[in-house]
Amino acid sequence: MSERPTLHLRDRAVKALKDDQMRQAVRKAVDRLSANKDKAARELPNWEEWREQTKLIRQHTVNHLDYYLKLLTDNVKKAGGKVHFAPNAEAARKIIADLCKEYNAKKIIKSKSMVTEEIHLNTALEAVGMEVVESDLAEYILQLAGETPSHIIVPAIHKNRNQIAELFSKVAGKKVESDTPALTAFARKILRNKFISADVGITGCNFAVAETGSITLVTNEGNARLTTTLPRIVISVMGMERVVPTFEDLETVLSMLPRNATGQKLTSYVSVINGSRQPGDIDGCEKFHLVIVDNGRSRMLADEEYRQALNCIRCGACFNVCPVYRQIGGHAYGSVYGGPIGSVITPLLEDDIDFWGELPYASTLCAACTSVCPAKIPLQDLLFKLRHRRVSDGYGQVVEKFAFNMWKRFFKLPSTYKFAMKVASLGQKPLVNNGYITAKLPLLANWTNSRYMRAAADTTFRERWEKRKK
Amino acid sequence: MKASIFITCICDSMYPQVGEAMVRVLEKLGVTLDFPPEQTCCGQPALSSGYWEYARPVAETMLTAFKNSQYVVAPAGSCITAVKEYYPILFEKDPEKYRQAKELSAKLFEFSEFVVKILKKEDVGARFPHRVTYHSSCHARRFLNTDQYVRTLLTNVKEIDYVPLPHEEACCGFGGTFSVKLPEISEAMVDEKARNIMETKADVLVGVDLSCLMNIDGRLKKQKTNVRVMHVAELLDEGMRL
Repeated sequence: MSERPTLHLRDRAVKALKDDQMRQAVRKAVDRLSANKDKAARELPNWEEWREQTKLIRQHTVNHLDYYLKLLTDNVKKAGGKVHFAPNAEAARKIIADLCKEYNAKKIIKSKSMVTEEIHLNTALEAVGMEVVESDLAEYILQLAGETPSHIIVPAIHKNRNQIAELFSKVAGKKVESDTPALTAFARKILRNKFISADVGITGCNFAVAETGSITLVTNEGNARLTTTLPRIVISVMGMERVVPTFEDLETVLSMLPRNATGQKLTSYVSVINGSRQPGDIDGCEKFHLVIVDNGRSRMLADEEYRQALNCIRCGACFNVCPVYRQIGGHAYGSVYGGPIGSVITPLLEDDIDFWGELPYASTLCAACTSVCPAKIPLQDLLFKLRHRRVSDGYGQVVEKFAFNMWKRFFKLPSTYKFAMKVASLGQKPLVNNGYITAKLPLLANWTNSRYMRAAADTTFRERWEKRKK
Repeated sequence: MKASIFITCICDSMYPQVGEAMVRVLEKLGVTLDFPPEQTCCGQPALSSGYWEYARPVAETMLTAFKNSQYVVAPAGSCITAVKEYYPILFEKDPEKYRQAKELSAKLFEFSEFVVKILKKEDVGARFPHRVTYHSSCHARRFLNTDQYVRTLLTNVKEIDYVPLPHEEACCGFGGTFSVKLPEISEAMVDEKARNIMETKADVLVGVDLSCLMNIDGRLKKQKTNVRVMHVAELLDEGMRL
């Protein structure tokens, strides 16, 4: 799963905050995505009802996941596909690598998939001598740059066109212009050949439909369609929860996914693949495999408090409104999944509330995420609860624990509270300048480095109130 | 009409004049106020940092302090949110305290909400001839949904030159202990907020949450700007006396 970064969250953030180019690119993109999403929400009547319906579908599916996974599995088999269940990342990598070997595959083409990022599939396949090419434009860019996605929907959100032109120029061995037509034309030329020569196509899965055993893929570039039609062998990889019961349910979630992600009514391509080619079919792959990845999801499913985080439809809307993501971008989270949803699911999927338990603190609990989530996941409540889980599991900081213990002792009684306020008001005196503390003192520096600290008043409101009554 | 003041620890210690302004406005509108002295703090600092065991005894002061109040009014959306949103989680396993928390939630109002919704006063007769912009605090906006009441009150202030704040809904970067745990991110957030405020060329920034205002004011003062930061109660109080 996620490789643990060497730096802690705060240091990762400090590093990210120095990258002006990245921050500018992220700000620009999230503003555009959010504005588009708001427009799409206004255009669809009864937006709140759509959200409620999405929540109900996801909740129902997740609550009956065993049933729908069985149904899905049966129907994929009926359509000529084979289903594999991977309890963890290592097992998933092995299943896929073994399949590729079985088919004597040398060249793999992939369409965008976060779950294959989660299981670090590419490095595993490359390690056994296969060529793996990402066909989503943004993923292709990141592959060339040797980077990971910094946003689940817009993986290369942190890059500007000049940086992309530079990467492409290196591959081309000559200058590629930085305008969109030149960049896409170049990528298309390279990728067309990769599609044609690929032995195996590997895809993710936006939603699997249990009643028919179908895998749905949405793209704007058509690359998932090429990935599933040109190679003889297709392997789709899905997170265990990425299923809906029926096509009717699919209509709802597919109405919400692109609208929330990019503000589109529908993506340019929606591909639905049903197993392998059967007698009488005019198209389809020769062999179809579906790999269902657990990798911590069963544990989340068993946890009543956090199960609802599995209702996520991976639209990225919470990233786009998150004021923390806006400032630090995705890489500072250090995890495969960043943003608010990533801060919730990473400690749970990784089962590590110590190291990854830092992520729930990467939020002001401003609830912008919850206010947009199309599946109505109470993200800030889950972040709030995860903080408590971290502290009660004994991973709070000693200094912090001491400070809150002292705070509790003074604040649990009005008499000691009044005393503490008096001490603060008197004790701060030498530091106060015009009603503010401005000096960068050791204990206050985290505040005063960037802000003046409002000083306590000479008399509290309660003292003034008592005086007034007399 | 009788109501109790929940002053909040930030207002009590750092902004007593905001409490006084709130008192003057409410009394002028005919409210008889009292101040239950058992109150201290809502417990939010420990609560949102994960230290629920330390937050609980402090939160309990709230439950006892306002037991007999008919209405409770506070100059802070954030502290109210702590009670309404987080006390039910905090006292989940204590049915009596849970019930008390729910009871308190039902009678607890943010200042502007109390004026418009309970007192049914949309125009308090204030005049404020200044260029004003408004920061929409996260908790008041997204949890309490009381943004509308501030807007109503501001719209009805005479001679006000109201200018919308770009990204008014964006968090200012305070987030309680967030601001000292991840100070660099917090700084980046409040810096963007301050820049947006300056862009409006407003003389006054108004808000309903003292913690956000403290954070934004601290940044604006550090940058030596002259923007005056006011709680909406102060603005109305001043405007009613003009």
